[in-house]
Amino acid sequence: MSSTAVTHERDTHADSHAHDAHEHKPGFFARWVFTTNHKDIGTLYLIFAIIFGLVGGAFSGLIRWELAQPGLQVFLQGSLLDQMGLFNLSNPDHAKHAFNSVVTAHAVIMIFFMVMPATMGGFANWFVPIMIGSPDMAFPRLNNISFWLLVAAAVLLVTSIFTPSGPGGEHGFAGGWTMYPPMSTHTGSPGPAMDLVILALHIAGASSILGSINFITTIFNMRAPGMTLHRMPLFAWAILVTAFMLLLSLPVLAGGITMLLTDRNFGTSFFDPSGGGDPIMFQHLFWFFGHPEVYILILPGFGIVSHIVSTFSRKPIFGYLAMAYAMLAIGFVGFIVWAHHMFTVGMSFDLRAYFTLATMVIAVPTGVKVFSWIATMWGGSLWFTVPMQWAIGFIFLFTVGGVTGVVLSNAAVDYSLQDTYYVVAHFHYVLSLGAVFSIFAGFYYWFEKMFGVKYNKWLGGAHFWIMFIGVNLVFFPQHFLGLQGMPRRYVDYPEGFAYWNMVSSIGYAITAIGVVVFLIMCLEAAIVRRKGEANPWGEGATTLEWTLSSPPPYHQFSELPVIKEEEDTHH
Amino acid sequence: MSSKGLFGKGLSGRGLFRAAAGTVATLALSASLSVSAFAKDVVGLPTDKAMGWQPAGSALKRQTEIFYNWGLFPLIVAICLLVGGLLLWIMIRYNRKANPVPAKFSHNTLVEIIWTLVPVLILVVVAIFSLGLLRDYNDMPKPDVVVKATGNQWFWTYDYPELGVTDIESRLREDAKDIKTAKAAGIPYLLEVDNVLVVPVNKVIHVQTTGADVIHSFTVPAFGFKIDAVPGRLNNTWFKAEKIGTYYGQCSELCGKDHAYMPIEVKVVSDADFDAFIIKNGGKTRAMIASEAAASAAAAEEAAASAAEAASASATAETASAAATSATTSASAAPASGAAAAH
Repeated sequence: MSSTAVTHERDTHADSHAHDAHEHKPGFFARWVFTTNHKDIGTLYLIFAIIFGLVGGAFSGLIRWELAQPGLQVFLQGSLLDQMGLFNLSNPDHAKHAFNSVVTAHAVIMIFFMVMPATMGGFANWFVPIMIGSPDMAFPRLNNISFWLLVAAAVLLVTSIFTPSGPGGEHGFAGGWTMYPPMSTHTGSPGPAMDLVILALHIAGASSILGSINFITTIFNMRAPGMTLHRMPLFAWAILVTAFMLLLSLPVLAGGITMLLTDRNFGTSFFDPSGGGDPIMFQHLFWFFGHPEVYILILPGFGIVSHIVSTFSRKPIFGYLAMAYAMLAIGFVGFIVWAHHMFTVGMSFDLRAYFTLATMVIAVPTGVKVFSWIATMWGGSLWFTVPMQWAIGFIFLFTVGGVTGVVLSNAAVDYSLQDTYYVVAHFHYVLSLGAVFSIFAGFYYWFEKMFGVKYNKWLGGAHFWIMFIGVNLVFFPQHFLGLQGMPRRYVDYPEGFAYWNMVSSIGYAITAIGVVVFLIMCLEAAIVRRKGEANPWGEGATTLEWTLSSPPPYHQFSELPVIKEEEDTHH
Repeated sequence: MSSKGLFGKGLSGRGLFRAAAGTVATLALSASLSVSAFAKDVVGLPTDKAMGWQPAGSALKRQTEIFYNWGLFPLIVAICLLVGGLLLWIMIRYNRKANPVPAKFSHNTLVEIIWTLVPVLILVVVAIFSLGLLRDYNDMPKPDVVVKATGNQWFWTYDYPELGVTDIESRLREDAKDIKTAKAAGIPYLLEVDNVLVVPVNKVIHVQTTGADVIHSFTVPAFGFKIDAVPGRLNNTWFKAEKIGTYYGQCSELCGKDHAYMPIEVKVVSDADFDAFIIKNGGKTRAMIASEAAASAAAAEEAAASAAEAASASATAETASAAATSATTSASAAPASGAAAAH
């Protein structure tokens, strides 16, 4: 992207003028339910992600509320939560089960129904076709079904939360998003809730696979003349790598949870030792999907941040090719490190040594990316817009989360930290502060482009700073809890963990205020409707979406743009 | 576990760590010795407001803490400071006001090679220490005592298979389930159990774990081990407690509603106290077993000397070889994990 320039003139091509006047948009129902338009589908995905982000965020609020102090306060009969009537807290057993099911649902919702729909669904649908100069996705109807399958999956998952699971009729699957058997077989979860979770993940997986096929086909076949792979913007590269990762990893998850389904319902014993199976086998299958999944969550964020950093430094991205191939390398190595989640299950020395070393290798391409972002800004002319603040916040917080990953990669150290809050802190730094910050960065970066109105800068800045302080306060003290040995997924804890848990819960309250500011920001922009510009970011914004109006015409690029190499950026 | 594996030869960080251990006790950030509010000698317990590790109670955990406190921790802090510092400098030096005209460069091969190779070199150094420590965990010395911990929903069962002590059920004490009653009894909330796991001080303890229903995980932070208790598997790890006292741990794999209510309490005692504990629980001490073995060996020798018939001797050999074959068969039927053997 750094070495390309668009040669067509906005004035001469037909889109902006011809279409604005007599552009045919279908009626509301036909437009938003049957839509095959990549921008509308992207918007649907973003709305979906915001709704489920609020649900998942509310669930994390219940967790932090309960964990604010030692002793049971919230998941307890007669508590305020019990009076709300949402969860079955009718006796202590049901209440503790409900906490575990909330922890499980929080993870599943945030991963499958918030981050993935926002990045792969929302931003990728909106901007991959535009960035590569394509009128739409390769398979527009497939695109529509991808979205509605996800809605069906979400309905199943939410239903499972209120479906019997435990032997006493407790509601919701409570075995963690990792679904390890025997917690997830009849031994641990006899009720139908787990079956609904399996079906939800099957359908969400089908949705993602169809979406991935669509992106791969679009990127390989529908690039505008002159848009070679090596000139393609880094966000499109990130989505290409992510789509391949989804395509290769999700079938393994599907296989694993299908075996779980037959173990539960048809008497097989894939994971049951009494029938010759092995519960650890499921962990291998799960993490063969689960580890690529965490890169699936973060890679689109890498792409978004690259664009923002380049735009607001008014400089081409540093080391474009290294950036693209670093993502490829991360994608590849991400597939061969899965068992570092399983250092304590009893693997041979060679396996633990291999997975330690392979995991460390990921630090190298990741470091290349961080340093390249810094080098992009170096010598630039930095403009601290709201998206740039989020992007710089992302770079720092992702680094913090990344280095604790290097700590955890050491099997010998992991014996002390596995399944403690140190791990919780680590993956929330890379996901909650990494992926989510990149999503907010992208949201502000493209807000005007997508919706045609300007956001309030003051509200956007307040949102950033409140959330930056809040999430750090939530997760940084959790490193200390982990070093002291506090295990994950605990409804209650000894008094020796009280202080930092309270700090963490206070951090949550601050973060929640930040989310409220975000919603006010959206509402304010929708009410005031300040007219957006085609390119509010000036000369630094070089990718194709900034050559279109804001919002872009319903159908763009009736006449394909032609991409040529720009001479002066080559040294 | 194969000790002659791919990475098995010539790699040991033990000496390096020992040398470091001699000079260094703890990092400033790590918790000072936990101040015990309890009557008995509690050594391994989380300390409120602490920012570092629990005090190490075994050589392996001390090596882990030194590796982290003096290797990994300074390294990651340095990286964060470097990235944070560069970002701050860039924001000051290259903002729109300070630098209105941006540079146009987008490549610098030398710099790119440096920031690829330097991390590789750092990681190689980290890996050498890391694998050395992993080897120390992996090479289990000959055990003085073997204990078996079985995870159940939601309590632990302890056996001393070689000493004839079985089925000690260890559950969270009733008065430890409530903050007020725990305080009144002078015991730590959610940690005190009815029947503790007793082990002798300064002895190599092998811990075998398995799960009775779902997966649990057996850990004591002060000793630095954590090993999953998986149904159908028998996992192994080891530790050597250096100091008499009480050490707490908690189940570390989500196992259902009372996951937070099945703590681990290990009481490290003197040899004499350990023997007394074993006898009290109907077992035999190692000394008793050894003397019995010696006596029975002597008796067998006597019997062998008095028996002159070659036929009876060959019959014994046959029985022995049949037993050996069946042992081999059952061992090869075990799940294919280096650490596991079927039960």
